[in-house]
Amino acid sequence: MNWGSASEFFHMGGKGLFVWGSYAVSMLVMVAEPLLARRRHQQALRQAALFNDEGRKPRFS
Amino acid sequence: MTQSAARASFAAVFGSVLVRDLTLAWRRRTDALLPLAFFVVAISLFPLGVGPEPGMLRDMAPGVVWVCALLASMLSVGSLFAADLADGSLEQMLLAPQSAIALTLAKCAAHWILSGVPLIATAPLIGLLFGMSGPALLALVAGLLLGTPILSLLGALGAALTLGLRSSGMLLILIVLPLAIPTLIFGAGAVGTIDAGMSASGHFSLLGALLISTAMGAPWAIAAALRISTE
Amino acid sequence: MTSPSATPNTAAAAGKGGRLRFFNFAAPMRFYAITGWLVPLCWVVAIGFAIAGLYVGFFVAPTDATQGESYRIIYIHVPAAWMSMMLYLVMAFWAGIGWAFNARMASIVARAIAPTGAMFAFLALWTGAFWGKPTWGTWWVWDARLTTTLILLFLYLGYIALVNAIDDQRRSDQAGALLALVGSINVPIIYFSVQWWNTLHQGATISMTAAPKMANTMLTGMLLMTVACWAYAFATVFMRARAITIERESRNAWVGKLVSQPAQGGQKT
Repeated sequence: MNWGSASEFFHMGGKGLFVWGSYAVSMLVMVAEPLLARRRHQQALRQAALFNDEGRKPRFS
Repeated sequence: MTQSAARASFAAVFGSVLVRDLTLAWRRRTDALLPLAFFVVAISLFPLGVGPEPGMLRDMAPGVVWVCALLASMLSVGSLFAADLADGSLEQMLLAPQSAIALTLAKCAAHWILSGVPLIATAPLIGLLFGMSGPALLALVAGLLLGTPILSLLGALGAALTLGLRSSGMLLILIVLPLAIPTLIFGAGAVGTIDAGMSASGHFSLLGALLISTAMGAPWAIAAALRISTE
Repeated sequence: MTSPSATPNTAAAAGKGGRLRFFNFAAPMRFYAITGWLVPLCWVVAIGFAIAGLYVGFFVAPTDATQGESYRIIYIHVPAAWMSMMLYLVMAFWAGIGWAFNARMASIVARAIAPTGAMFAFLALWTGAFWGKPTWGTWWVWDARLTTTLILLFLYLGYIALVNAIDDQRRSDQAGALLALVGSINVPIIYFSVQWWNTLHQGATISMTAAPKMANTMLTGMLLMTVACWAYAFATVFMRARAITIERESRNAWVGKLVSQPAQGGQKT
């Protein structure tokens, strides 16, 4: 174990801002990205459902 | 098709497109000089922006000249294929492979003559404005001589990819600038090296290599891009 | 899911001759079905390896003698930079396949990769800046690798801008493929030229390659994080590719069946 206490861990020997600044943004971005992809997917499904509900026959059926 | 007939049609397309583009540009001389005007105006902004201190200007000069040359080139290349697209001749010329390559080479040559050569001719004067030394000026001109054809080729690729799109001007610049960075680095770097008293043969060899490889690869890519954009 | 062989799409494709059977696996419907369970699996792998990698990186690997604790940023910086480069090549590859063989799924996957690649490039730059500040005193260093990553970000943005600007799908895919291929040929040239430029200019003696001498535990942490990033990339790219597949295939029967199914089948990510 490297850290004597939780506050030591967050302090990161004085470099806390940089370390956590990096990881916080990484976390943020890597959560936002899949959420955006998921939203796009759900929008696409909704559009497809609308299209099919409109009674138009799909091209190949 | 016989060899001579094939060669004839390549030369025929190349010759006719080149002559036509130059003739059209001659008829609109003021339009043709716009890239040069932009080049000079943009360069003049830098001393106004950063101050007239001679040492700093002399250091900045090659970079400034090269960046402005790049931008001037990109701004004038957007309309390279527009006229031919509009009158339908573009699709005709794309039908045969030799004529497609001949077309792209002729277009790039025309663009270089109309925008690259004036830049090269003006660069020494600009260099004097920035207080560059004789050898540095020579290096600048030599670098531009090798580099501006590369910019024309890359610009043509961008123009072919963005043919007919909205805001194609900005898009073209965004696409092409990263590809032009090595040319910028070697061209501006050559002047800096000469200024520092060393030989820039490495830079020029690399520029030469870039020119040769771009001249060999780009026409095919441009022709492919034109086909993609007109299908 | 209905059995694949019974639907008209694959039957028509198979009927066009044996050659297309090779690409049957790439059929959008099959891709959609497979990624349905593959994506959650990738997430499990990503999160698992990330936890392991960060644990090793923060709790097992020692403090660096010269840089102190700030070096721990490499556990995300290096994998991100690596991913941004690799993903560009993968994207160019699939875009090229899609262009050469008219393979729809390949083009879709290529498009799906671009935002993720750009994201990793951005992260590499951001974490690089946050690493540079405490270590060398400046937020930005014109180091060869960081500068190349910046240019790579521009290449990604150019690709994304181009494909989004073209309305015609086929032209968009093909133009993107050409640009991505030209870009990937240029990446080594750009890297070489930037390195050349870097070594010529005094003052640019700072180099990201002067990373701390790697203790084994540090290396392990980094490798675990790299696997985590790969799994993350697979998961996100497949999620986006699924969305694009639905968008493009919305008129086909299999999508119709999919969206008209009651809640249990239809709305899974």
